[in-house]
Amino acid sequence: MQLDDLKVLVAKHIGARKKIVLRTCMSAGCMSSQADVIKKNLEAEVKAQGLEADVEVRRVGCMGFCGQGPLIGVDGLSAKEKLFEFVKPTDAPAIVGSLKGAACDVQVGNPDHPFFARQMRIVRANGGIVDPERIEDYLAVGGYQALHQVLTEMKPSEVVDEITRSGLRGRGGAGFPTGLKWGTVAKSAGAKKYVVCNGDEGDPGAFMDRSVLESDPHIVLEGMAIAAYAVGADQGFLYVRAEYPLAISRLQTAIKQAKALGLLGGGIFESPFNFNIDIRIGAGAFVCGEETALMASVEGKRGTPRPRPPFPAESGLWGCPTLINNVETFANITAIIQRGGAWYAGIGTEKSKGTKVFALTGKIKNNGLIEVPMGIPLRQIVEEMGGGAPDGGHIKSVQTGGPSGGCIPAAYLDTPVDYESLTQLGSIMGSGGMVVMDDTTNMVEIAKFYMEFCMEESCGKCIPCRAGTAQMFHLLEKITQRRGTARDLAKLEELCDMVRHTSLCGLGQTAPNPVASTLKFFRSEYEALLQPDPFGPRTTAATQSTAPVTL
Amino acid sequence: MLPLLTREKNADRVVRHASGDKRFKILEVHMKKHQFRQDALIEVLHKAQELFGFLEDDLLLFIAAKLKLPPSRVFGVATFYHFFTLKPQGEHTCVVCLGTACYVKGADKIMAAIQEKYRIKAGETTPDNQLSLLTARCIGACGIAPAVTFDGHVAPKLTPETALEKLKTLI
Repeated sequence: MQLDDLKVLVAKHIGARKKIVLRTCMSAGCMSSQADVIKKNLEAEVKAQGLEADVEVRRVGCMGFCGQGPLIGVDGLSAKEKLFEFVKPTDAPAIVGSLKGAACDVQVGNPDHPFFARQMRIVRANGGIVDPERIEDYLAVGGYQALHQVLTEMKPSEVVDEITRSGLRGRGGAGFPTGLKWGTVAKSAGAKKYVVCNGDEGDPGAFMDRSVLESDPHIVLEGMAIAAYAVGADQGFLYVRAEYPLAISRLQTAIKQAKALGLLGGGIFESPFNFNIDIRIGAGAFVCGEETALMASVEGKRGTPRPRPPFPAESGLWGCPTLINNVETFANITAIIQRGGAWYAGIGTEKSKGTKVFALTGKIKNNGLIEVPMGIPLRQIVEEMGGGAPDGGHIKSVQTGGPSGGCIPAAYLDTPVDYESLTQLGSIMGSGGMVVMDDTTNMVEIAKFYMEFCMEESCGKCIPCRAGTAQMFHLLEKITQRRGTARDLAKLEELCDMVRHTSLCGLGQTAPNPVASTLKFFRSEYEALLQPDPFGPRTTAATQSTAPVTL
Repeated sequence: MLPLLTREKNADRVVRHASGDKRFKILEVHMKKHQFRQDALIEVLHKAQELFGFLEDDLLLFIAAKLKLPPSRVFGVATFYHFFTLKPQGEHTCVVCLGTACYVKGADKIMAAIQEKYRIKAGETTPDNQLSLLTARCIGACGIAPAVTFDGHVAPKLTPETALEKLKTLI
């Protein structure tokens, strides 16, 4: 299919649109509160009130404000978008009635709220706007034009240069420069190359990738196709967690639709470029987020990592050069191609360019997804956008990076959010989970929670991780049960160091981070739980009480 | 344990399951869709669990024979991933999300309440085979934490009381 044919299709699609659009969020969060029933009721009500000529009900992806869901946005009624929150299926008559000017008691949200106003949407530009199950909607917002531009006007090396110029870094957590990775795969010799999208979003408290895949699957597919052209691959794999059934079904639909229009498959846009994408479904193993473990899983094996080098860029899937990027990284590509690497490099800080999507959850008023420019102070995210702790509580710490990250105490809230600053504080950017904790949260319990997670998710291949995480968990359990001594704490710190430096893959190397960061910033909470050491230096009778010992 | 498989002479991949259960046929069609590729093992196991509810030894041997893989490899993969279960499940399943967001909002209390009421631990099934209690690492529904999945449907913002109520209506 040629671009002109697509334009005809899009014009027809836009022409069929109605004046007023009721956008119903049909993402996993709102679906759990009967968003599907709400949509059905709205459609029936539009018919019943005779508004079919002017009003359409559209299924859209995540609007971001998940904590206030189910959400319904109204376009075309006034200059400003209207947003209904906490909608129930029985609210349908009132909402449709309000389109005719009737009074309506459904809670109306404020689109100018800092939660929305402070965002800068590149990755999530179409989230909550396009219907994720209709490719026409994506085409109508300029979809697949970046792919056309790349195939007709750019050489593969020029695409790599553009991505390098943008300064984009991997959004999976480690922050490796994307352009450098693409360049390495492009230069690797090999007749067969692969492109893999890592959608194994395993960090608890993170749902950015789920939302992108559910709300705008085509932006990821297009990003993968551009990557494949740049590195010279013709086969892609999209690895998604089995825990995300809605994302999987929407991706299957999206791939089918893209193939039908010739935007995936053989001879895309009548060029010699072929590219196919297969979906691989995970099966619940956190370690598969690690790239070498993920490749083993794509090959249908146990998801255990292997030492690097060789890096996947040289020897990946079935020994062929393989490009692996995160969902969010691929979702940035179309914008960079269309608006230029220089434009993208103008956003963010010196070393961290562009925007980052965060899942803001935990003890915070406004729960949901936000996309902010890099370098924004943590305080703005948590206090202005998030609205602070609910029920008059005080924010104690913000956890970033999941089980590989750390807890940033409230005193450091003015830290800018970028790769380097967070690493300096003993945490990491991670994939984008941001769990807020208030003063009711016990930090030792949180450290234990993460260590249990790492212990159970350790694949067991290397001993430091397999045995070390178990030992650390038992020490933490001992301390939380008030049976631990200063000696146990010292051993815990020693193990942190050992596991970090001797584990095979990222899981083990970062597993001590939650413990190390809570020990650094909340040491007094550990010490309050310690008991006197029965084998320690001889103590006098006076100190041999059960009272906690302070060091 | 020997599988209930039959192999015909001079023919490739004509292993049938002796039970004549139609589900084996469906599974075979699914494997054919993947051209009996060995790297599709995880996809095949997903389908098998969807059809049978859990992965019996016999079923794993059937898959191994069909994909021409050593049974050790099939068994190894099935036991590696948390999603696959080798034990039969109860009539209803209740999956409590223990991700960080759910955890700091009291998922542990929901878990404790269910464990106490039904006298089962995570991963167990009630003696009357009515309820299996499972945990999830994170179902990505963090905006509506704490969340619990009842028979595949996610319920948002629960408390120990509302969770028990939901279970009562389910069983």
